[in-house]
Amino acid sequence: MTEFPILSLMTFLPLIGAALMLLMKGQGESVLFRSKMVALLVSGLTFILSLVMLLNFDPASTDYQFEEKKIWFESIGISYHMGVDGISLFFVVLSAFLTPICVLASWNSVSLRVKEYLAAFLLLETFMIGTFCALDAILFYLFFEGVLIPMFIIIGVWGGPRRVYSAFKFFLYTLLGSVLMLVALLTMIVQAGTADIPTLMGTDFAPELQTWLWLAFFASFAVKMPMWPVHTWLPDAHVEAPTAGSVILAGVLLKMGGYGFLRFSLPMLPDATEFFAPMVFGLSVIAIIYTSLIALIQTDMKKMIAYSSVAHMGFVTLGIFTLNMQGIQGAVFQMISHGVVSAALFLAIGVVYDRLHTRDIGRYGNLSKNMPIYATVFVILMLGAVGLPGTSGFVGEFLALLGVFKVDTTVATLAASGVVLGAAYMLHLTRKLVFGPKVNEDAAEMSDLTTVEKAYFLPLVVLVLWLGIAPGYVLERTVPAIESVLSRYEVQVETIPAAVPDEGQAEGQIIVEDPAPQSHDSEGEE
Amino acid sequence: MSGMNWLMLSPVKPELFLVVVGLVLLMLGALRGQSSVGFILSAVLASFVVGAGFLLLSDAGIPLDTLGGMIAADGFSVWMRLLILGGLFISTLLLVGWLKENQVFKFEIPLLYLLSGVGMLFMVSATNLLSLYVSLELSSLCLYVLAAINRDNLKSTESGLKYFILGALSSGLLLFGISLVYGFTATLSYAEIGAILSQMTLPAGAMVGMVFILAGLVFKISAVPFHMWTPDVYEGAPTPVTALFAIVPKVAAFGLIIRLLTGPFASLHEQASQIIVFVALASSVLGAFAGLVQNNFKRLIAYSSIANMGYALLGLLSGTPEGVASVVLYLTIYMIMTAGLFAVLMGVKREGHNIESISDFAGLVKKCPVKAYCMTGLLFSMSGLPPLAGFFAKLFVFQSAVAGGYFVVAVIGVLASVVASYYYLRVIKVMLFDAPLGDFDKDCCASRKAVMIGAVAFILIFTLVPNYLLDQAQVAAGTLFP
Repeated sequence: MTEFPILSLMTFLPLIGAALMLLMKGQGESVLFRSKMVALLVSGLTFILSLVMLLNFDPASTDYQFEEKKIWFESIGISYHMGVDGISLFFVVLSAFLTPICVLASWNSVSLRVKEYLAAFLLLETFMIGTFCALDAILFYLFFEGVLIPMFIIIGVWGGPRRVYSAFKFFLYTLLGSVLMLVALLTMIVQAGTADIPTLMGTDFAPELQTWLWLAFFASFAVKMPMWPVHTWLPDAHVEAPTAGSVILAGVLLKMGGYGFLRFSLPMLPDATEFFAPMVFGLSVIAIIYTSLIALIQTDMKKMIAYSSVAHMGFVTLGIFTLNMQGIQGAVFQMISHGVVSAALFLAIGVVYDRLHTRDIGRYGNLSKNMPIYATVFVILMLGAVGLPGTSGFVGEFLALLGVFKVDTTVATLAASGVVLGAAYMLHLTRKLVFGPKVNEDAAEMSDLTTVEKAYFLPLVVLVLWLGIAPGYVLERTVPAIESVLSRYEVQVETIPAAVPDEGQAEGQIIVEDPAPQSHDSEGEE
Repeated sequence: MSGMNWLMLSPVKPELFLVVVGLVLLMLGALRGQSSVGFILSAVLASFVVGAGFLLLSDAGIPLDTLGGMIAADGFSVWMRLLILGGLFISTLLLVGWLKENQVFKFEIPLLYLLSGVGMLFMVSATNLLSLYVSLELSSLCLYVLAAINRDNLKSTESGLKYFILGALSSGLLLFGISLVYGFTATLSYAEIGAILSQMTLPAGAMVGMVFILAGLVFKISAVPFHMWTPDVYEGAPTPVTALFAIVPKVAAFGLIIRLLTGPFASLHEQASQIIVFVALASSVLGAFAGLVQNNFKRLIAYSSIANMGYALLGLLSGTPEGVASVVLYLTIYMIMTAGLFAVLMGVKREGHNIESISDFAGLVKKCPVKAYCMTGLLFSMSGLPPLAGFFAKLFVFQSAVAGGYFVVAVIGVLASVVASYYYLRVIKVMLFDAPLGDFDKDCCASRKAVMIGAVAFILIFTLVPNYLLDQAQVAAGTLFP
């Protein structure tokens, strides 16, 4: 696979598309249509490439695949190193999958400076895919931070009434966290003499240094996740961003934090990770319960989904810091599932927003009457968000909770209460929106999904169900990568067997061997 | 005999050439009057190119002391002189359109550019405290005059006067420092001072002398605590002159500082580092916070330059060739970005007048999208966002600070850069997000557009081919560490 640079092609194809669009002159109708076509074509082609990559991915291999490596800054050991493993693979596909959907979702709903808008999304796609493919710390940082530029502009130019405040808050929060990570990265590069991620993973850093490095990484990834108490930028950004911006924000950008933990904190700083795991547990449990409660009282639909995202990301951080196979698998799966489900939910809100121009829950009601297809889609997505067995949400939450249970039953119990709260607010939203009494004439006159809307909801709904019914395809591919992340922990885990109850461990082993049937079984029990 | 002399002078060919051209053009201007401005402008531009050509063709790499050890034409000096000539060329290009549009036909302006340039070229080669002082004054005197060149304008004269008085004070500090160092070492030559200071236990007087010399030079790069003149001078001086101030003299003064710290005061690195840490952090923090409340674009750039000088100084902490190379690279990138900013700033006009207030940029993207997007890119680069060139500039100086073990300093530095990014974003917000307040004039000055497009192309492309500049910076820095 070394001969064909598929990762670079996927990363930079959207960039070329964006450049092409900015070169098109004029603002006429034909130019607009052409720019939309270019955006769709380029992002579609990128998605096809990502599928080709997915099919050619060797699930058994523990190595990075489709690797490319070129020297870039020789003097301080920075190279252009790309490659994917089982963890990053699905995030790449997710990014490539959501961008064409965003283009479609903006087809008719954006009228202001369409060309620039679509170019910003293509630029964003370049940075997203690059982030997940980068195997060089500085290259990673470059893409990771680069995301801020198009996102700032997307929120600021095409956002809602408080767009300026939200754009600044998003930008400064994220930048503040990231620059600390940059200093940590530089420290590691100076110590190890290279910025190559696989090499850094094999480098031992002094335990005291690890603590500082870990905190610096945490500053960046916790903001990006976002974890309580640094989550406050997210509701603002979501509410003000245009629909497609929210989709990318929830679908992909939030995953960069979790991916960062798995790529940097866990494998590179094992001692500090174990030291800080209880703190992360505490913050995650607070995030799950606290933000779920906040979501319950929201009257703004986007805000509700935004807070639910924080809660769902709480499960992800819990899962990651269990430092066992189920927990991390659950975290990765939860991220992918959330990427699809929350993206789709934001699109669903966008659909009714485009028709009524309000996000107030109270203004909607009884949509199942006049929008039956929409109602069906919405209910399926809602069930996915709640984590009903048979949808993608279940697998991730279940595995993550299982992993947590092996480490700490109290935390698992508290976190599980978040599932109930999650069901409460999502059902509340569905009851009001889809089934409740008719509250206003305009809402009752809204038309059902258009063809374009159907076109982008179909793959999303199919994916939610497919991931829920056959999670094995994803889980099996993540195993080798997670094993190599955990390889640095096994030594310590074996020395303290007393910390883990025997039964829990035995139960866990079954899951490792074949996770998919396990979830089927539980589905049956429900 | 004459052959010998020529060999001795060959390293200063560009300076000699520029001086001769300058004198000839001065005569021409005096005889032909103001109608000769156009010709003089093109001649000055051409002479910068020829000067750079001399440098490129010369044998770089052989450290060659000349004029009795007054200057050294080593690799560092060659690269810094190329940078200065490049900066002069760009600022003269920016001058062209301004002279034409404002109907200012003063042939002295390009000539003052040229003569201050000669001073700056000597500055980066100086290896003797005497040549240091003379070259510094040659460039400074021209700059004082340039700041006040718009003599009917109150602000311009005020800025010239402020610059002159504070500049004179800093010269006094510098001279006092030089005399102290001379008093304790009995020599003015860098090499001899270095040898003497490294052998004996450090005399307190020489130490105080170094502090005074550094203070005088810190004034020239407008770093805290000698930064007070910057915003007023930047605001008051005519915009192309401000561009010159922002682009070139800082590179030259930095060249001086680098040469002093790696040469005569190399053995005092530990003591010098304490000063640099304070100056660098104070500059980056003050530049970041004070810039937040500015509403005049030129004042904003002034505070941004204070902050940027702070970051650049961080590279000197480690005292390694890599650190010096990172500073040289930083200056190169900073110079080009600033030139681009000024090109956009000078091109944005309403009813024939230049706009200086940030709020007047509202909605620029609707009327002049190319300019607005170029400015956006430059400002993102200034705030150090990857993948633009400004990020790599910061990356390398912070890397060298971290490599030198200055973790806390690096953390404070990056946090200051986050604060500073707020005011760059504010300009972007005004241009991109706000509704336009009125129409903007069409800009038809080709030279300005060329500078703007060139700067934007540079910050975009640097990521792809960074190694040429990086190598040059390393070669240049390497010659200072034999």
